[in-house]
Amino acid sequence: MKNQLNYLLLFISLLLISCFNNQEKNYENTSEIPVSREMTAELTSPPNVPTPVGRRKAKKLIVKMEILEKEGEMTDGVRYVYWTFGGTVPGSFIRTRIGDEVEFHLQNHPDNKLPHNIDLHAVTGPGGGAESSFVAPGHEKVFSFKTLNPGLYVYHCATAPVGMHIANGMYGLILVEPEGGLPIVDKEYYIMQGDFYTKGANGERGLQPFDMQKAVDEKADYVVFNGKVGSLTGDNAITAKVGETVRLFVGNGGPGLVSSFHVIGEIFDKVHIEGGNKINENVQTTLIPAGGAALVEFKVDVPGTFILVDHSIFRAFNKGALGMLKVEGEEDKKIYSGEIRDDIYLPEGPGLQEMPTTNEIVESKIPAKNFDEQMKFGKQVYMQTCFACHQSEGQGVPNAFPPLAKSDYLNADVNRAIGVVLHGLTGEITVNGEKYNSVMTRQMLSSEEIANVLTYVYNSWGNSEKVINTDMVEKVKNKK
Amino acid sequence: MKHRTFYVLTIALLFHTLGFSQTEGMVFIKGNRYIPLYGRDSTVVEVKDFEMDIFPVTNSQFLEFVKQYPKWQKSNALKLFTDKSYLSNWENDFELKSSEKPDSPVTYVSWFAAKAYCECQGKRLPTVDEWEYVAMADENTRDARIKPDYNKQILAWYEAPRTNENSIGQLPKNIWGIYDLHGLVWEWTLDFNSVLITGESRKDVDKDSNLFCGSAAVNATDLMNYAAFMRYAIRGSLKAKYSIKNLGFRCVKDINK
Repeated sequence: MKNQLNYLLLFISLLLISCFNNQEKNYENTSEIPVSREMTAELTSPPNVPTPVGRRKAKKLIVKMEILEKEGEMTDGVRYVYWTFGGTVPGSFIRTRIGDEVEFHLQNHPDNKLPHNIDLHAVTGPGGGAESSFVAPGHEKVFSFKTLNPGLYVYHCATAPVGMHIANGMYGLILVEPEGGLPIVDKEYYIMQGDFYTKGANGERGLQPFDMQKAVDEKADYVVFNGKVGSLTGDNAITAKVGETVRLFVGNGGPGLVSSFHVIGEIFDKVHIEGGNKINENVQTTLIPAGGAALVEFKVDVPGTFILVDHSIFRAFNKGALGMLKVEGEEDKKIYSGEIRDDIYLPEGPGLQEMPTTNEIVESKIPAKNFDEQMKFGKQVYMQTCFACHQSEGQGVPNAFPPLAKSDYLNADVNRAIGVVLHGLTGEITVNGEKYNSVMTRQMLSSEEIANVLTYVYNSWGNSEKVINTDMVEKVKNKK
Repeated sequence: MKHRTFYVLTIALLFHTLGFSQTEGMVFIKGNRYIPLYGRDSTVVEVKDFEMDIFPVTNSQFLEFVKQYPKWQKSNALKLFTDKSYLSNWENDFELKSSEKPDSPVTYVSWFAAKAYCECQGKRLPTVDEWEYVAMADENTRDARIKPDYNKQILAWYEAPRTNENSIGQLPKNIWGIYDLHGLVWEWTLDFNSVLITGESRKDVDKDSNLFCGSAAVNATDLMNYAAFMRYAIRGSLKAKYSIKNLGFRCVKDINK
């Protein structure tokens, strides 16, 4: 009797399994996956990604992508005319699953000057769709394709001159999830690196045209995540909580440079190499080719700010390829102790490394004409140079970096303040009753920039409203 | 003796210009053989003498035209020859929208409309070869294509937004005395679709590799190809009934000897 029951159970479970298999039938050829019903794809701007496909069946997926040529900000004070898919660089994120039949509507806004098209690396077909999507301003082209291979793919414009269209920001990512979707994680973000070539050098103010010669030479002025300097820092930083698993969809639009993607203070638990099926584990830095992508996943164990960089490191600190992941939650002293002792060790200090002296720094070509401009330019310098330590409202960081807001040390002596920016400051000082023993290196700023930034500081956050001019800076500079 | 040849030459030149009276609003373009930048089967093309409009056709000129030829009015134009954007910056058949200027180049016109306009004046649209021939001049030279500044200026315009809203004749004229070939709007050409550019630009590069050798022979730089590429790309994306915000036209006239 008992045996019989066992057999019955076995039979039922077999039946169940076979039913289950029927539902999740694995198609030998992904082109045979049938589609049911129609839906409009959710498109998102970076750094957000659409909802995971989960267990949904393959569908006819309608994607409407608008091309916009528009002016935007590369970094403080520097404007650039971007060509975009969906109004952002990188373009809107497209999320599909294997077997979807994507009906792609490419719309070229009437205000645009140029024809465009789209080559999606997820497309199996001539030109990746470029051939059938070539569209004049004020028109819309429609083509469709079936997603045959799971993975994370780059899309980009492929209209002549191809390099220029990509260099102006025409790229983005399309994800094809496997049957049943990718494993669910707590946070997902969309990050794409790109290099930009401007007529003026890095930081030169005003509307900067594209420089074809620099692009041909692959001498980038800006290497950035998500289209501009600072798109992932400060208030724009991506966030997570301790214990969460973070998945980053990282692409590289190029056009010229290959990315050595790295997150400072994290090890990638998993990397889908080049966006494909193969998973590598415990990776420090993953290489992302131009026109390629990777999925990286890691669990965040401790709180703090983790810096995303292209580990070709001058690009990170001098050309903009820097982002932030801010993690909140309980500390775990076992995993990371935090500061135990406070000693000074500065391998990059002025004594050890040859840094250009302030005399060698060229003055800006467009000097500030009045107080308002001094404040404006001063703020730009502040955000580029001082912000990291002294913080956005001049509040500093307790026990580490002294405040500039309502600072008695600052307001007591203007010439001393100029000297500090010019030559740096090491050793113990007392600011507003608190002792600080830290190091500020000398800053690579021109006299005019120093005058502007100090004017900004003195006229912000309840300080003494002094106005500093270039002559005052020169006087202090020549005194030593 | 030397003097005499000089005189003969001067007189011959004088007669040459006298023998031909110039049409108002047009200038005489002396034909020649040249190598276009890109897009033809043979490398050298010949352009015969012709006259070209000094300025692109403006909104107010086009208004005169539609008054005379009602079938090209906004509400009357046949759908076969225009798309629904035709004159979409006009309020109605005879008025511009308040944001538009009468002396801006007319845009949102189809190839059919542009062609009809020119024919009604006893003129015609320029061929790609004619247009490119005049457009390769800058202020001081007839072929400025190897000058980096010339190319940079053109590329900068390709990036500048809303230039179609500017008035004609604000930028310097080229050595022929022609204004605004670059800097305001794209212009229709008679045979805009004779150069087959597929939507897949990279394939075109392969197809026409011979042409690149051809242009290399005239010391082409990358910049030079890129500027031309963009013009051929926009032409390749067009159909004759399209009406586009950044696309206008001007006319030319054959010389009857």
